[in-house]
Amino acid sequence: MISEPAEEALERIWACLEEKDEDFISEELQSYDQQILKELKDLNLIEYRDQEIFLTSKGFEEAKSVIRRHRLAEKLLHDVLGLSGEDMETAACNFEHILGGELEESICTLLSHPEKCPHGKPIPPCECVHEGKCACTVAVKEIIEKSVLPLNNLDKGQRGEIVYVKTNKKENLNKILSIGLLPGRKVKILQNYPSYVFQMEHTQVAIDRELAQSIYVGNIEDEN
Amino acid sequence: MVSKTITSWFKGFKKNKSDLKSKNLQKTSQTDEGKKIILVGNPNVGKSLLFNRLTGSYVTVSNYPGTTVSVDTGKCEIAGEKFEVIDSPGMYSLSSITEEERISKLILFQEDADILVHVVDAKNMERMLPLTLQLAEAKLPVLLVVNMIDEAEKAGIKIDKSQLEKELKIPVVTTAATTGEGIAELHRKISEYTSQDNYQVKYDEKIENSIQKIKSLLEGEYPISKRSLSLLLLQEDEDIQNLVKETEGSNYENIHKILSKTLSNFKQPVNYLVKMKLQREASNLVSAHISDYVEEPMDLKEKISRAMIRPLTGVPILLVSLFALFIWLGVGADSVGHLIEDDLFEEFLTPILIDWVNTYIPYTAIQDLIVGEFGIFTLGITYAIGIILPIVGFFFFAFSVLEDSGYLPRLALLLDRLFKKIGLSGRSIIPMVMGIGCGSMATLVTRTLETDREKKIATLLLALTIPCAAQLGVIFAVLSVYPSALILWGVVILLTYIIIGFAASKLLPGANPSFYMELPPLRFPKLSNVLRKTYTRLIWYFKELFPLFIAISVLIWALDLVGVLDFIIAGMNPLLNALGLPIETAQTFILGFFRRDYGAAGLYNIQEALTGVQLLVTAVVLTLFMPCVVQFVVMMKERGTKIGILMALFVVVFAFIVGFLLNFILTGLGVVL
Repeated sequence: MISEPAEEALERIWACLEEKDEDFISEELQSYDQQILKELKDLNLIEYRDQEIFLTSKGFEEAKSVIRRHRLAEKLLHDVLGLSGEDMETAACNFEHILGGELEESICTLLSHPEKCPHGKPIPPCECVHEGKCACTVAVKEIIEKSVLPLNNLDKGQRGEIVYVKTNKKENLNKILSIGLLPGRKVKILQNYPSYVFQMEHTQVAIDRELAQSIYVGNIEDEN
Repeated sequence: MVSKTITSWFKGFKKNKSDLKSKNLQKTSQTDEGKKIILVGNPNVGKSLLFNRLTGSYVTVSNYPGTTVSVDTGKCEIAGEKFEVIDSPGMYSLSSITEEERISKLILFQEDADILVHVVDAKNMERMLPLTLQLAEAKLPVLLVVNMIDEAEKAGIKIDKSQLEKELKIPVVTTAATTGEGIAELHRKISEYTSQDNYQVKYDEKIENSIQKIKSLLEGEYPISKRSLSLLLLQEDEDIQNLVKETEGSNYENIHKILSKTLSNFKQPVNYLVKMKLQREASNLVSAHISDYVEEPMDLKEKISRAMIRPLTGVPILLVSLFALFIWLGVGADSVGHLIEDDLFEEFLTPILIDWVNTYIPYTAIQDLIVGEFGIFTLGITYAIGIILPIVGFFFFAFSVLEDSGYLPRLALLLDRLFKKIGLSGRSIIPMVMGIGCGSMATLVTRTLETDREKKIATLLLALTIPCAAQLGVIFAVLSVYPSALILWGVVILLTYIIIGFAASKLLPGANPSFYMELPPLRFPKLSNVLRKTYTRLIWYFKELFPLFIAISVLIWALDLVGVLDFIIAGMNPLLNALGLPIETAQTFILGFFRRDYGAAGLYNIQEALTGVQLLVTAVVLTLFMPCVVQFVVMMKERGTKIGILMALFVVVFAFIVGFLLNFILTGLGVVL
């Protein structure tokens, strides 16, 4: 098993390789702890040739996987949970180490196989896309069904719970908050054209598309 | 001192300071009016009904000083003690968005209540308690009324009142304003009210620290606790920022600097964090008493409501309603109008007065002033009471029915998408429908719209295209002889509405306002409420407009006397020629300049002399023509003198161009209507 600091080092190496043409990576690794380099060497992830350090093919695959998990995590945190900047970065760093296997694929599918991370850097593609078969397992389907959607994507009759509110406009946030459209509130869609009308407790509220787009609903259930 | 500052922190209130003083809803009244009770709460919680329960019939409805938002004030006596009761407009939270909410906030801050009665809906406690917490936190003397308890109990919701009282540290009363349940207890708790050791929400450390930091900087005197004030500043509330700016003077710069620095430490808006916290607190408070998600039964009312908001059924319902409104105005108002005008005035009053004037007043000029062609009585009073009053009265009645039934919000959501295309939001439906009654009143109502852009577009469309009830009645009556002309008139006006709205939305910078609206339950309007509202609006209409009718009669009489009128009429000749209209219509247009409906009424007298095409062109130009003097004044007041004048100029020129083109096309094609 690779330790977390070693994974971080691989991630860093990948990022550097993306930015330059050479395939050796000594410069970047000079500042690293000898302990970590030793671990990478022992795991046969890097090799020393002509006093330069190179990634082995195994190391390349491993780095690709780490970077993929990190960027997927960023994408998930950014798109679904609305995080950005430092918050997103810190969370993604923790996230990447626990993602793996089926969960990684599920997230990739959930986000419909994103190609770029929020910073615009490429996300190494998913295996299932490579092989032309998308691993839409039962678990993935469940995730999608239980996933979080903006209110305007819900169908008439569907109900759910507001998970979060995301808008850049201060006055829109103000409106949403003042009608009490807060996380935890249960809603049922009564109509979605020409305006979005929903039942919330004992009140019916109508909003337009712009506001509906900023309200994210989870735990979505169909009528009955 | 405090109240003086508060009046100035609302934009646009500065000019109305004198109003505020003269109206005197303020502290000074304490001695003769007794203690002051203010009712606050969300819209649709039965606040007004509760107000009526408290005050009985001693109610005056007036616009809040310097605003168009009407505020009810009344008196009551509880256990031998006198109270003054103010019913504030509905508000959702202290962070106000609409004009109404800002007025409520102003009332809260300015009126210095002895008791603040927060009315909530027992069925929606969880959503409404955050405001209770906000009020308590501000150290205002809150008493919580949990209304509609009967409906809540029917839905299986039970409320542990004494527990809530203990936890909130404020008195709690459960009532059903419709049946009167709990009112006696409310009386008792009002008369026993003493200020309490208020509930305090504890926010997370970061917010608490920020509150302390801001609080320590505030030096002035404020009507609410400095803690609350600091919290509102952190929530970037503009009204509060202005208030603090005014109060603190030079100290404000420092506060502002520290405030922005503190705010930059927060990744999420403090407003969001605070509302979340208040909501969690409220949820904890009610979780013990509220049953989970009760499904509303699909009863007849609900079925009608759904039909109103679904386009497939909603549009036909709208058309039928509009048709019914026109029939109501056309047939109902018209027959009453004829009764008053023909039977009362022409047959009875006018001959008597003419006789009397001719006998006792020897000067022809004075005789003309009273009973001449443009006399105060024959023109001013007859038009005002005989023609305008019935139509406007019938309209206000219909509008109050629409308002009380809960149809207007449903109409707003149905039309929001279409209105967005012309730069308006669904909310604009209210001034637009109002405009069918009285354009001046509607222009005032545009204040309730959110953005400046929307206000401008709505004002322009009201001035240009929406005919007021009086005008509409006359145009219908005159054009009804030529049905095809009536249809063409409708098409031309509707096209103008769409084209000008669309063009204005493209030309004016800014984004469309977003739309949100709570749908009140559909109700069968109560006749007594409808009559009360109609009466109030009619009184307003008369106070504002009756003197103008008289003044205009005098002005035209004077112009006629010195011969200027003929001169103007002669001057209009080429213009009328271009429109293909006879000289007789000049008078109609000149009258129309002063009051649009007045001008239309003048059309009555010359209709026999005109052909179908001429009538159509006159009707179109009159409808599009510059709004009456009152609306023009309101436009300048609301949108600024410059914009008001520009709009009026545009309207006049545009009206004549459309009239010219219409005449050119119709006569060119040889159309005979």
